[in-house]
Parts: sequence; C-alpha cells; structure tokens
Amino acid sequence: MKILWDMFLTFARIGGLTFGGGYAMLPMLQREVVERRGWATEEELADYYAIGQCTPGVIAVNTATFIGYRQAGIIGGIFATLGVVFPSLVIITVIAAFLTNFADFVVVQYAFAGIRVCVCVLIFNAVQKLWKKSVIDSPTTVIFLLVFLISAGLAVGQSFYPELFSLSPVVYVVIAGAAGVILHGGKGTKEADK
Amino acid sequence: MILFRLYFEFFKAGLFAIGGGLATLPFLQQIGQSTGWFTQQDLMDLIAVSESTPGPIGINAATYAGFHAWGVAGGVVATLGLISPSILVILLVSKVLEKFKESDLVQYIFYGLRPASTGLIAAAGFSVVLATLVDVTELTTAPARAFNWFGILLAAVLYQAIKKWNKHPVIYIAASALIGIGAGYLHILG
Repeated sequence: MKILWDMFLTFARIGGLTFGGGYAMLPMLQREVVERRGWATEEELADYYAIGQCTPGVIAVNTATFIGYRQAGIIGGIFATLGVVFPSLVIITVIAAFLTNFADFVVVQYAFAGIRVCVCVLIFNAVQKLWKKSVIDSPTTVIFLLVFLISAGLAVGQSFYPELFSLSPVVYVVIAGAAGVILHGGKGTKEADK
Repeated sequence: MILFRLYFEFFKAGLFAIGGGLATLPFLQQIGQSTGWFTQQDLMDLIAVSESTPGPIGINAATYAGFHAWGVAGGVVATLGLISPSILVILLVSKVLEKFKESDLVQYIFYGLRPASTGLIAAAGFSVVLATLVDVTELTTAPARAFNWFGILLAAVLYQAIKKWNKHPVIYIAASALIGIGAGYLHILG
C-alpha cells in the first residue's frame, strides 16, 4: 500500500512541476525516478520514451504507466498514471471555472517568458545525461546524428516552408530499431561485445 | 448519455494520437466540430492555458475541453478517456517486454532505439530553443533583432547554475519565473 501511495505522490509531483509537455518532464523524471527513487535507470527512461513515441497516447502517461507497472504491477501502473494527471485535473478545472483569462494576465506571460528559457536549459541538460548512456559507440553516434539532423532540419524547414512534410516519430523509431538489430546483431553474441 | 460519449470520444483521441501531447490537438479539433462541445476559440484558449500551466499538454487539453462540455465531471471523464488506451497498451507492452527483456533481439532493438530516442528528444529541445531564443524568420531580415538576448544570457547563467549545484529542477523554474516577471516589468525581456 505504501509503495502505491509513494508512487501516486511522486508522479503527482512530477506532473505538477512539469511545464511545457512530455519532453520537459524528462528532467523531472531523471531527478525523482532515477536519482531519488531508483525506480528506473537512464537507459530505461530512453527506452520508455522511444516506446512512448510510437504507442498511442500522451508520453508522460505512457512513461508513468511503465514505471508504475515495473515497480508494483498493474495497480502500480494505474496509481502512477492517476498521480501524473491529478495536478492537471485540479489546476485546469480551477482555471476553466474561474480564470478563463488566466493566460492573458501580464504577470503570467512574464513568468512564462522566464520559465520557457529555463525549460530549454533543463531539456538540454537532460539530453546530455541521456546521451552519455545511449550514444556509446560509432553506430549509435550515427543513429543519433541522423535522427537529430533530419528531425530538427525538417522542423526548421517548416518555419520557412509550412507545406514541407514531416515524419512521424514512429518512422524514426522503427528504422532505428531495425538498424540496431542489423548493426549490433551482425557482431555476434552479447557476450562477445562486452 | 453525454458523459459516456465524452469518455468514448476522448478514448478515441487517446488511441489514435501517436507521438505525444500536441498530436492530440487535431483530434480535439475534430471532436469540437462534430459535437459542438467547444468552439475553435475555446481550443485556442486551451492551447494558451495548457502552455501556461504545469502538466502534460494532452491531459490539460482533455480536462479543459471536457470541462467546457460537461463541467467538473466532464473534465474528469474526458481525461480518464484519454489515458485509458495508454494504460491498456503500455500494460500490454510491459508484459511482453518483461518476458523478452533478456532476449538478444530485444537488446539489439533497444541498442538502436536509445540513440534515436535521444535524437528525437534533442530535436524537440532544439525546436523549443529556437522558438524561445531565436526568431528564425527574422534571421535574414533583421539579424540583431532575431535573438532574444536576455533569454540567451539567462540560459547561460541557468546552465552554469545547474552544473554547479544540481538542485531540483523546480528551483530553477521558480527562479526563472521570478526573473521573467522582474525583467518583464522592467521591459528588458525580448
């Protein structure tokens, strides 16, 4: 019972302190789940994000369900997920009921101009940590660079040519998974690589 | 029964929106159009509110839209609808993963997946950095104005602070909010 309550509270804290969506949740997850609780490793977080990209639904919810399930089974998955959405439910309901012009307040806009800068730095920092664990040799460096350059390139291109196509994350993830099998599998057994 | 329909419509959005928060938006648009529960204007407000509040954007959006359709219960039911497919799919994937985690094939797949996952997050982060610190459309016409100089300075200071103290992220977020408010009233934030 205590683990379920712990799980709910930890994920409620993560949900309540994340500004800017799924990717901005990564630094919070690293802090609360990897460093403080030890419920997952950096590598596992990268795995969960990869799977979360190509399964339906909100990435934050997918990640919470994964970690909750791993720690305390199906009920754990449900508690972690309810935890991560709970602050949103409360905050948004209050805003929708009483403060429909919340986003128009000048003080809120100023605060978020500052917060957005902070989110940039936090994501950069989080990516550095993930990078150390996931980009470990030349094939993984090539995969990282290709995915980053194509994905970022298309995003920048779109601000000039709005009709430019974009690729679903599913495409990158499926190709990278196949590349992993070909590049790594070709080298023989796991033991031989260690 | 509108609550049942709310659950069902958001369940569909949760099931088919792949790739995170903003992927839910086109589905919400379609729900608004076909049911009349919320207007295009409500959706615009919703995006502004989601971006100025904590929490996953998809969840914020579902709560907001559900509330507009059917009050507090509507917000709760819409959110539960949105997360139900995620929970089901991920529990299934977890079960399968747990079983095959040790297999070489799964190890190899993750060996390729991890750098791709990191690359996607880095690219998303890069877009956020561009949107916050640089106005790319002004780069060629007015290069000096294209950069948010105060933001870049703040980012450099924050980066050093994080490297030095490694405190909980919320501390840096709170500090940045205060700095943003101060700079805003002093008219120095770009």
